Amino acid sequence: MSALATPAETPALSVQSLTTVFQTPKGPVRAVDAVSFDVMPGEVLGLVGESGSGKSVTLRSLMGLIHAPAQVSGRVLWQGADILAMPKKALRRVRGGEVAMIFQEPMTALNPVLKVRVQIEENLAAHSQLDARQRRARAIELLDLVGIPAAERRLEDYPHQFSGGMRQRVMIAIALASNPKLLLADEPTTALDVTIQDQILKLILDLRDEFAMSVVFVTHDLGVVAGTCDRMAVMYAGRIVESGTVAEIFARPHHPYTRGLLGSVPRGGAERTMLTSIEGTPPSLAVIPQGCAFHPRCAYAVEHCVAKRPALERIGLGRMVACFREAEVAAAGAPV
Amino acid sequence: MALLSFISRRLLQLIPTLAFILVVIFVLVRLLPGDPASAILGDRARDADVTRINAELGLDQPWPVQFALFVKHIVTGDLGNSIHLKVSVASLIAERLPVTLMLTAMAALIALALSVPLAFVAATRRGSLSDNAIRGSFQVGLSMPVFYVGLILLTVFGAKLRWFPVGGFGTTFLDQLYHLFLPAVTLALSLSAILMRNLRSAIIGVVGAEYVDFARSKGLSSRLIMMRHVLRNALISTVTLLGLQIGTLLGGAVITETVFAIPGAGRLMIESIYGRDYPVVQGLTFALAIIVSLTFLATDIVQAWLDPRVAR
Repeated sequence: MSALATPAETPALSVQSLTTVFQTPKGPVRAVDAVSFDVMPGEVLGLVGESGSGKSVTLRSLMGLIHAPAQVSGRVLWQGADILAMPKKALRRVRGGEVAMIFQEPMTALNPVLKVRVQIEENLAAHSQLDARQRRARAIELLDLVGIPAAERRLEDYPHQFSGGMRQRVMIAIALASNPKLLLADEPTTALDVTIQDQILKLILDLRDEFAMSVVFVTHDLGVVAGTCDRMAVMYAGRIVESGTVAEIFARPHHPYTRGLLGSVPRGGAERTMLTSIEGTPPSLAVIPQGCAFHPRCAYAVEHCVAKRPALERIGLGRMVACFREAEVAAAGAPV
Repeated sequence: MALLSFISRRLLQLIPTLAFILVVIFVLVRLLPGDPASAILGDRARDADVTRINAELGLDQPWPVQFALFVKHIVTGDLGNSIHLKVSVASLIAERLPVTLMLTAMAALIALALSVPLAFVAATRRGSLSDNAIRGSFQVGLSMPVFYVGLILLTVFGAKLRWFPVGGFGTTFLDQLYHLFLPAVTLALSLSAILMRNLRSAIIGVVGAEYVDFARSKGLSSRLIMMRHVLRNALISTVTLLGLQIGTLLGGAVITETVFAIPGAGRLMIESIYGRDYPVVQGLTFALAIIVSLTFLATDIVQAWLDPRVAR
């Protein structure tokens, strides 16, 4: 589905029919269902959805971080090679080297009993030929790069000695240690204050520009998407329901769920209107509704939507949607 | 730096702890039924003799005076003389306590050597045959009383196979280790079961932690992830548990020393209690209390070293 790609461009990352099924005592749960998307070099892709829509699991599946008992199928082509089928050694080189990941909660994602220096340096030890002294110098450089004051002095500190925002910077420094070409960011600002959020987002964008990195940005915050992403894919109940450029989707959503999401975001400058909310709650992945998974909450739903699941279809250049009623939704325009 | 100030703070806390222990020992010994005079003189003692002996031992004084004397002696390092054995309590402790400490230390080491690798195997192959076999056999070890395990080991490896001596204590260090091996295994068995279960579930918990996933996302080798990120974090709770179990281990040593006829502090304690040998009971209890307190201190230090969040 590399519809946005001009023939000259090949995607850095191509995810094809990625499916992750967890085996639970209550039966199999499809957390990610046939998800496909491409990420171009230097592009920032936003993966958007409510909690439980499968966006974080998608990201972890990409990196092979899903714990058993679970099956991950499909293909994750990184520079042409399938990450899911790689031998362990090759996978280790990609992980943390070419593809790095930052997690949502730096408090739990940083090892509480290891000095920050050790946690940065172990990445360098795994992916570079630097000796101990060079690794230390590079660790200082990295902390400096992500804007941690007095970087040298803070090397010997433990994660609990940093504030929330600084901790997230430490995690970004670790992720950037080996100059990755793709950064997978799992809600990197959700746990932070709004003011700190902006700083971190700006930092990630600056680093993208500086190192020509691609970024996959998982978030439930459409404001963050508008401010940082080039393209976006909206996920619902483990599937992508709409994708396209951020500008197009914000201007004219084709899926009622996307429209609902946009309507629930306050807009600055506009006349004061009631925020709309999407009725109901997202389905449990263990019992996904028949037909279109969104139909029980959908104002546009017709009989057909209950009977059959709409496929993700191309509706324009780089624009895809999975909805039988997309024309009617698009005609309604963006929510006020 | 934080660690040093933590250690000195914990050392200061030892003082009130030990003072409290002194009071408890003093009161407990005097609450024991019977008194030294009748224990020494037997059932048909005359009142005059009882009075004379009580006066000799200072037991005719009021409790506060006795307590003041007791504290004064302890502080000056004079623990008095044994009523029965007629030698100084300090020399008795110096002779017997090292045996018990050696036995306890050996038991703790054997327990660690058994439990750490097996917990590791059980946790990483959770639900497998080896996990169930390891857990099952430790469960058996845990549910058998110490004296029974001791008797079985003694019968099989001592009396039948004659691989190990059936009792007593050697003269050279190696000989002593040889003599203490069976009793140490006896003591170690139930401890290793407790440690193994704790460490196994700690490892399982840590393997699922976010920071382990983050470490995997860095492309580290599984060995490095296990040693640096998993084991170190998992050991924090196990070290604490081991420290707390040292007291229990010393209690178990009393029984084990009796079964294996080892001249340690445990047996001395039992004999002294039966003989109402107040000075020995008091001195020995205090010495053991100090050992246990120091073990707790060491546990805290190791814990603070493993987990920097503790030493704040």
